[in-house]
Amino acid sequence: MNNLTKHFGKVKALDGLSLDIAEGELVALLGPSGCGKTTALRALAGLQELDRGLMIVDGKDVTFQSANKRGMGMVFQAYSLFPHMTARDNVEYGLKLRAHRTSGDKRKARSFELLELVGLSTHANHYPHQLSGGQQQRIALARALAISPKVLLLDEPLSALDAKVRTQLREEIRRIQLELGTTTLFVTHDQEEALSIADRVGVMRNGQLEQIAAPDELYDRPGTAFVAEFVGLTNPISGVVSKGTIELLDSTVKVLKGSITIGQGVALVRPENIEVVASQSGNATVFSASFLGASCRLSINLNDGTRVTAQLPSSDAVGLSAGAPVKVSLLDRPVFVKPII
Amino acid sequence: MKKSIGVRIWRFSIIAVVSFYLLMPLYAMFDFSTKQFGLGGKSRNLDSWRIIPSQPDLVIAITRSLLTALIVMALILFLIVPTAIWVHLKLPILRRPFELLCLLPLAIPAIVIVVGIAPLYRWISINLTESPITLAGVYSMLILPYTYRSLSAALDAVDIHTLAEAARTLGASIGRVIFGIIMPTIKTGIINGSFIAIALVLGEYTISNILNYKTFQVVIAQIGRANGNVAVAVSLASLLFVLFLLLLIPNKKRLGTVLDVDVK
Repeated sequence: MNNLTKHFGKVKALDGLSLDIAEGELVALLGPSGCGKTTALRALAGLQELDRGLMIVDGKDVTFQSANKRGMGMVFQAYSLFPHMTARDNVEYGLKLRAHRTSGDKRKARSFELLELVGLSTHANHYPHQLSGGQQQRIALARALAISPKVLLLDEPLSALDAKVRTQLREEIRRIQLELGTTTLFVTHDQEEALSIADRVGVMRNGQLEQIAAPDELYDRPGTAFVAEFVGLTNPISGVVSKGTIELLDSTVKVLKGSITIGQGVALVRPENIEVVASQSGNATVFSASFLGASCRLSINLNDGTRVTAQLPSSDAVGLSAGAPVKVSLLDRPVFVKPII
Repeated sequence: MKKSIGVRIWRFSIIAVVSFYLLMPLYAMFDFSTKQFGLGGKSRNLDSWRIIPSQPDLVIAITRSLLTALIVMALILFLIVPTAIWVHLKLPILRRPFELLCLLPLAIPAIVIVVGIAPLYRWISINLTESPITLAGVYSMLILPYTYRSLSAALDAVDIHTLAEAARTLGASIGRVIFGIIMPTIKTGIINGSFIAIALVLGEYTISNILNYKTFQVVIAQIGRANGNVAVAVSLASLLFVLFLLLLIPNKKRLGTVLDVDVK
């Protein structure tokens, strides 16, 4: 995708978006509502006309090709199974439209194979209203994969499902994607979803790509303040930058590329990068503690009145209850520092 | 237990009253159609029913009206339904004006419509054909308020945009989307609208009579002037026929399967 631009009235949904996806790669587009991620996906599917830009798939310019000729498989946020068809008929639908290339037997075999892949071969004769939301999205995935799409497009396919099913299904999507090696573009506003299954995650804002990187890189080395604040939690702590480092909480840590290079700034510190130890002569007091299972989240009041959130393994948080005096410092990990506005 | 019996009695009473209200006129019609009044007093027989097939005008009129109803149905399926789908899918800005347009036949009195279209039908009968089947044109306009409402409700009940987009990405043309995906999805609305339209076409009298076309209702009225018993018998038969069609609606699943055929 090169320089995609799209206006809806005065609103700029896409503002020169460019993105390359390698073959077999799963790229997730992440961003707040209205950032243009779905518009980008729909443009690639051929469902959204563009004002400007170029889309090349497999070396072929598809910018002006109609949606039904692009060969993209798409799974929608809303349930989109054809209600008058059984699960098998839904999966076979795309193949039937390519009847000249797929014989009846091959079609049946392919639909059975895909229903097996999504674990619903026993539900082949069920109608959509007889399936749960998760099952419907699985069938929709099988239907999209049946046509061996050039790119699989997933438009927040899990957002209508409950938390448990969502986690199961996202893992299943990744398994299937890796098994088939299908190039996939996944749009979501759920960062956990994006970080957990994507090879690369692109963070979008105002129709532009802020940063695209591997999940760990995006999380640990955000390129902009927006990315740092949007992906994961951060504590804004003031400090002075000098010679590529910043002094914070009695610690000196390196600043990330893209940060301010000198002067007063606000460091965006991850809760897990804050070290907390019980100490009578510490520089802070625990305000509240939330047990999260494997980890514990502490809300801490620093002596200067700032409140920060720290997250540490539950085993390290024993005895750190509300009111406990603690010493807070930073782990030696680089932080992003934005200017004070 | 007592309460449940009470509820059952209450329900049965309501059904009995409503059934009586609906069926009594039909029974009265049947009763009248079997009574013969002569010099020898009253007698009861089925002569009025027996002579129905021997009324040549009537048989022709029934055939014509049914044919007209079929043409209207075809117009619904291939013109009104695709148009309604297109407006919902691609031209949502036209939804309100289209809805208003479809309601106009309800707002304009039939006599005004007749006066407006009379010159057109005069031209048609002089230059093209005198067949009452041409009334399908004006009928398909008259049924718009009922058909469109039924279709619109069905279209609003499903997310046709997502279904259409899903079908498009799988390779379906616009035609396939409309006839192969959306129409089977809203078949309940289409069938309901079609049956109401048939009932309306078979029962329409004002326009066909003023335009001088011998349709089913016009011929019944003519027979009624000569023989009231036969006219009532025919009216009852036509009512039962339409009632039969309407009763098919709950069993539309079987009928609806004809719409499941994926049009190439």
